[in-house]
Amino acid sequence: MVKFYGTEVSSRLMLGTAQYPSPAILADAFKQSGAGIATVSVRREAGGDKAGSAFWDLIKDLGVAVLPNTAGCHSVREAVTTAHMARELFDTNWIKLEVIGHMDTLQPDPFALVEAAKILCDDGFQVFPYTTEDLILGERLLHAGCEVLMPWGAPIGSGLGLSNIYGLRSIRAQFPDVPMVIDAGLGLPSQAAAAMELGFDAVLLNTAVAKAGDPAQMAQGFAQAVEAGRMAYEADPMEPRDMAAPSTPVIGKAFLE
Amino acid sequence: MTERITIHGGGIVGLCVATELTARGVPVRICEKGEAPGPQACSWWAAGMLAPFCEGESAEEPVVRLGQEAAGWWERHGVKVVRNGSLVVALGRDRRELARFARRTEGHRHVNAQDIADLEPDLGGRFGEALMFDSEAHITPRAALAQLWDGLQARDVEISDDQPSGGRIIDCRGLAAQDQLTDLRGVKGEMVILRSTEVKLHRPVRLLHPRFPLYVVPRGDGVFMLGATQIESGERTRPTVRSTLELLTAAFALHPAFGEAEILEIGVDARPAFADNMPRIRHRGQTIFVNGMFRHGYLLAPAMARQVAEFVCDDIKPEMMDEDHGEW
Repeated sequence: MVKFYGTEVSSRLMLGTAQYPSPAILADAFKQSGAGIATVSVRREAGGDKAGSAFWDLIKDLGVAVLPNTAGCHSVREAVTTAHMARELFDTNWIKLEVIGHMDTLQPDPFALVEAAKILCDDGFQVFPYTTEDLILGERLLHAGCEVLMPWGAPIGSGLGLSNIYGLRSIRAQFPDVPMVIDAGLGLPSQAAAAMELGFDAVLLNTAVAKAGDPAQMAQGFAQAVEAGRMAYEADPMEPRDMAAPSTPVIGKAFLE
Repeated sequence: MTERITIHGGGIVGLCVATELTARGVPVRICEKGEAPGPQACSWWAAGMLAPFCEGESAEEPVVRLGQEAAGWWERHGVKVVRNGSLVVALGRDRRELARFARRTEGHRHVNAQDIADLEPDLGGRFGEALMFDSEAHITPRAALAQLWDGLQARDVEISDDQPSGGRIIDCRGLAAQDQLTDLRGVKGEMVILRSTEVKLHRPVRLLHPRFPLYVVPRGDGVFMLGATQIESGERTRPTVRSTLELLTAAFALHPAFGEAEILEIGVDARPAFADNMPRIRHRGQTIFVNGMFRHGYLLAPAMARQVAEFVCDDIKPEMMDEDHGEW
């Protein structure tokens, strides 16, 4: 069982809720995969007077923990305002903090991210920062009060998988006791399994499921891969080696022909 | 069946249902607060694409099948239907989107740069490949609404701003029916209308983009409609800078000459939708609800109107009916 800020979550698969063909298909994807956390964006949907509420009610009805996010925010102030709105809407201190620094790659603005994280942590939020694999940035976020890190696999929506394995190994090893979620960039279940094999605690994805021809089936595929990757990690995998090591002895084997 | 039926709402669904019933000799009246089709109806802001195959990329099977009734229905009711198909393109680095779109849809052929230049000379040299959906069509929504409205008035159908008072009611109020259909939600859409003297298109063009998908529908006389955002919000006002920027940027990417186009209108409304984004017919006592057209008003209203008329006239249970109780 994985814990974030003291809350146990039933599954190591977390799914975003955007871009599905319909809310019914979204609900089906959650049901089929048993995903434990749903992230929800609120900035664009909130409108003048919380007009998005019908959709948010559907999300609440999924029966999973809701992690509102600040997707679409490009500055500290936007992110903080959006976080406050999210807290009110979903009655939770959890917030996935996204502060986008670059329009094309959607990579986080590390400086604004740390600043926003500090403000929100001081204000009682439990912050899940969307970050890179940078160790110093991770360190600063932990100092700011974050107890979870969410390094990216690759740029949001790119489906490229784990584009810097060395960096991800390194951040995992650097903060062995911090719950860490690979957030963004995953396109295939095999990539999610690879993330779990590296020892990450969970994965979060959206586009790979929402834009699949059959989102529910793809979500199920990811759930199984996450499970498989975690099992492998816990089973203490063998070390790769350069030379062949036959699984049955060769010397002394009976020569029958 | 001589008792007059009240149709509540004079948007796309109300007018199609009224037209279909009137054609079958059923007396109807329409309760609609507007004095003519106008911005109070969500359908005022629609694109008017009759593109069942393209919609199949993300919509369920009945949308594709029932949507194929639309072009013929509109033609039979005197609306000018342009049967030039639709063209689907993607920018260089999003070319894989085209392959994905092709896998998810039927009724298209792959076309090359030369074909594109022949079909849409203004897009010649801009795209190396595209998908052409030959059997699709488009109409001008506001003209279509006016045509139905005038046609009903010509047949002496009373259209008034009264509230329905008893009797049989067909409720076609769109999102306003949320007071009785609690599972109905709004999906905000923003659109832009432009005039360009430089760009000429003969058919709707869809630009596939992972972040900013866009369609451009030619309205004739250099007028184009750009659409549309799809935001999970019931807000019916307040088109945002971000949405407008996205639509205009995508149009600019489709053809840079749109950069000099005149902005005629920026529109916004919320589409009525159920959780699966499929339309529904619900019969509760003396009221039949027809709702949840989502982004498929002009595409599916004809088939929905037919199903309602078959239910009323011939007691045939509609395919899209999910509730049927009480005495109609």
